[in-house]
Amino acid sequence: MSQKIIVDPITRIEGHLRVEVVVDDNNIVKEAYTGSTLWRGIETIVKGRDPRDAGFMTQRICGVCTFSHYKAGIVAVENALGITPPLNALLTRTLMNAALFLHDHIVHFYQLHALDWVDVVSALSADVKKASDLAFNYTPNPYATGADKLLEVQQRLKAFVDKGNLGPFANAYYGHSTYRFNPEQNLIALSHYLECLRIQRIIAQCMAIFGSKNPHPQSLTVGGVTCVMDLLSPSRMGEYMEKFKEVADFVNRAYYPDLVMAGKVYANEPSVLNDVGVANLYTFKEFQMGRDEWLFESGIIKNGDLSKVYEVEEDKITEEATHSWYADNEPLHPYDGKTNPNYTGLVDGESIDHHGKVAHTKNFDTKGKYSWIKAPRYEGEPMQVGPLANIVVNYAKGNQYVVPVVDTFLKETNLPLTAVFSTLGRTATRCLEAKIIADNTLRAFDNLVENLKVDESTCAPYVIDKNKEYKGRYMGHVPRGTLSHWCRIKNGVIENWQAVVPSTWNASPKDAKGVGGSYEQCLIGLKIADVKQPLEIIRKIHSYDPCIACAVHVMDAKGNNLSEYKVNVNL
Amino acid sequence: MVELKQIEERLATLEKLPSLKSNGSIPKALEKAGFSRRDFMKWAGAMTAFLALPASFAPMVARAAELADRLPVVWLHMAECTGCSESLLRSDTPTIDSLIFDYISLEYHETVMAASGWQAEENLENAIEKHKSKYVLMVEGGIPMGDTEGYLTIGPHGKTGYEISKLACENAYAILAIGTCSSFGGIQAARPNPSNSQPLSKVTNKTIINVPGCPPSEKNIVGNVLQLLLFKELPSLDVYNRPKWAYGLRIHDLCERRGRFDAGEFVHSFGDEGAKQGYCLYKVGCKGPYTFNNCSRERFNQHTSWPIQAGHGCIGCSEPNFWDTMGPFEEPLASRQFDPVLGLGADNVSDKIGIGVLTLTGVAVAAHAVIASMKKNEE
Repeated sequence: MSQKIIVDPITRIEGHLRVEVVVDDNNIVKEAYTGSTLWRGIETIVKGRDPRDAGFMTQRICGVCTFSHYKAGIVAVENALGITPPLNALLTRTLMNAALFLHDHIVHFYQLHALDWVDVVSALSADVKKASDLAFNYTPNPYATGADKLLEVQQRLKAFVDKGNLGPFANAYYGHSTYRFNPEQNLIALSHYLECLRIQRIIAQCMAIFGSKNPHPQSLTVGGVTCVMDLLSPSRMGEYMEKFKEVADFVNRAYYPDLVMAGKVYANEPSVLNDVGVANLYTFKEFQMGRDEWLFESGIIKNGDLSKVYEVEEDKITEEATHSWYADNEPLHPYDGKTNPNYTGLVDGESIDHHGKVAHTKNFDTKGKYSWIKAPRYEGEPMQVGPLANIVVNYAKGNQYVVPVVDTFLKETNLPLTAVFSTLGRTATRCLEAKIIADNTLRAFDNLVENLKVDESTCAPYVIDKNKEYKGRYMGHVPRGTLSHWCRIKNGVIENWQAVVPSTWNASPKDAKGVGGSYEQCLIGLKIADVKQPLEIIRKIHSYDPCIACAVHVMDAKGNNLSEYKVNVNL
Repeated sequence: MVELKQIEERLATLEKLPSLKSNGSIPKALEKAGFSRRDFMKWAGAMTAFLALPASFAPMVARAAELADRLPVVWLHMAECTGCSESLLRSDTPTIDSLIFDYISLEYHETVMAASGWQAEENLENAIEKHKSKYVLMVEGGIPMGDTEGYLTIGPHGKTGYEISKLACENAYAILAIGTCSSFGGIQAARPNPSNSQPLSKVTNKTIINVPGCPPSEKNIVGNVLQLLLFKELPSLDVYNRPKWAYGLRIHDLCERRGRFDAGEFVHSFGDEGAKQGYCLYKVGCKGPYTFNNCSRERFNQHTSWPIQAGHGCIGCSEPNFWDTMGPFEEPLASRQFDPVLGLGADNVSDKIGIGVLTLTGVAVAAHAVIASMKKNEE
């Protein structure tokens, strides 16, 4: 007899995400459905406005990807108008982007994902001296794992747990049978969890130095950047460099070794391996290091075949809405996308609850529409995007910055390359991506300093001709994967806007052919140890670093009748 | 004016309540983090000034911080981007601001809590039941209402955001709308508001303290918690229910480029010579003269910067409906084609006058007087 398990809300992510799975008598997942339960409609709102405002509004798609949609919104308009910003502006954006990636990746691993791998309570029984020695197994120069430091961490934890009220840590899946770290390893990771709270603040400052604030920086403008005074101040530049080095040090001495530790230990845990999800990988070039130099390159891998990397062809991208809460189902290219919300709601159903009993619930209408996320496809196929796709595609292309880092990691963990296609791999490649960025960004910084000596320009001039029609796009790689924004401009205002975002690719519902996205596919075949505590589901979904506000967006058809929408008159 | 005695009584009452996080009072936690009592009192002094209280209140602020662990907090995510929670996360750990956040008893917060799914829903139900009429509710995001209420559902029972926030409001001791979305509807409520997202004030008749900003600085969030601890009464609010201590002045009033404005020195396009010299950003769209917030005094990310320092004008993010009334963001309001709002007339004049320094200064001052009196009249 099959049973349904609903996990809603998936916490420690951005946005509102629900997962429903059907398990058989052996608790093996037979069917999986993932959907978003919130719609906001920012692309509709952007329509009819000044193109220069688009970046500020698209930025509010997400306060976690706080730079990604800002840059995308600005670059899409620059692309439409045919503007190339000065090199100083491009490199400044790279420095801000590096800050975003490092912030996102470390906070994701420690604050959002770690509780899926680290049993905090177990750290209480760790032998502090043993843990301190053990840390040297993963790096010659460990971070915040001296015996005195670990003792302090353990005592803080003990005081916290002893008093009973765990606050935000209450009701977690502690003691779950698929946790694999021993108490000493849990204690090492816990020490880094606490250090990360401090480090993430510093890397946010790195963005704020050029970006004014974080979240939601405010220094990009169509044509360039506005922070010219900061760029011309040696003290300000030095501030970025020093803070960045401090964070890069944390990445190399805490984050990376913790992933080596996880790679070694979790290699024997079946629930995090052999679950590639979607084996089609798609990434796009990002991190401009100099005039014609990029840190990561574009490419597509089909069906996990690393022997051939295809070039990305923009016109092969479509989105459809067969199982999404929109009216028009047919696949359309983003420039021509349509959206009319068609919310059909949840239906009466049942689920196993946290006591193991069958409870009455509201469920997805899995035969009909069940998500605010659309189904993007490339040549009609779902794709997986994110650090896994980025690192694997660049590895297959022989990228000189990527290959040695991947090879070293595989050697240190004794994992085969194929192990990367998994939950563990998604989590590990995110760390490798962070390491490559940490190790290379200051070359872009040096190039910026050199260029500023001979060129102080930060903005390119432009005009928006009201009698001309424009169309343009941004394509690039952001912390959660491949992002594109597509816009049309007419009569000097935005006529149409659409974002095809990383979490839309990965969290896609099924398409007309019944094929789901990577979230859904990676859950099939998973054995759940305890239906009351579906930790394995959460661990797998978290490995994608879901960003659901990003994923839920609308495109607006040319001539779509906006008067259909309710406008509240009481406001 | 609240009497010192009243506050003392309030703090004495709090002292009698059991600590919800009895593992660590703030002083103990500070000691562990390497802060001395002196550091703490220095912070309390700064916070006192920040809250616009007389210096004699500093010991009270310190005591209020120490009693923060008696305050259960429920934080809800509605139609939002999580930027407000992220802002809170940037609060400097392990310094005192953030300790207050660690040591208030955070009972529910989807971005940080360990529990998911059924367990998460249970945490929320328990918190509302156990701390009925005692918890502080903080809400991030707008709320889809009416025919589109179903555009946001949470939990296995598919409850709508409206149902959840309404119940949480009914049982709360105090309610804070964190950020412009819950205060005024925010980005999703901008024209044409396709999800019919509404501010929290449409969900309940209770008084709501609005803490707008996109996002608000962590200082404004934390300051309001202290305010609640100190005064059982709500803080003094402006016409938009914003605490006056934080939103009483315009960005323009304390702006570091204010001297340039008065001298008639303006940036005319981003990246020009004036931009390199730090000239006023009014003519490239700065909305500082129309925006009430303390960014120019407090800045962001531990005082690292703020938009005007980074060479971009203020976009007015703490004002109601700013997405519709303040755009285009890189042009002065005077040049706008649509929707004239308060101040437009006077501003229009100052913009067309040109760079005659003395003339402009005179007009600018007059413009300020007009805007200020209009705001006063509204109140």
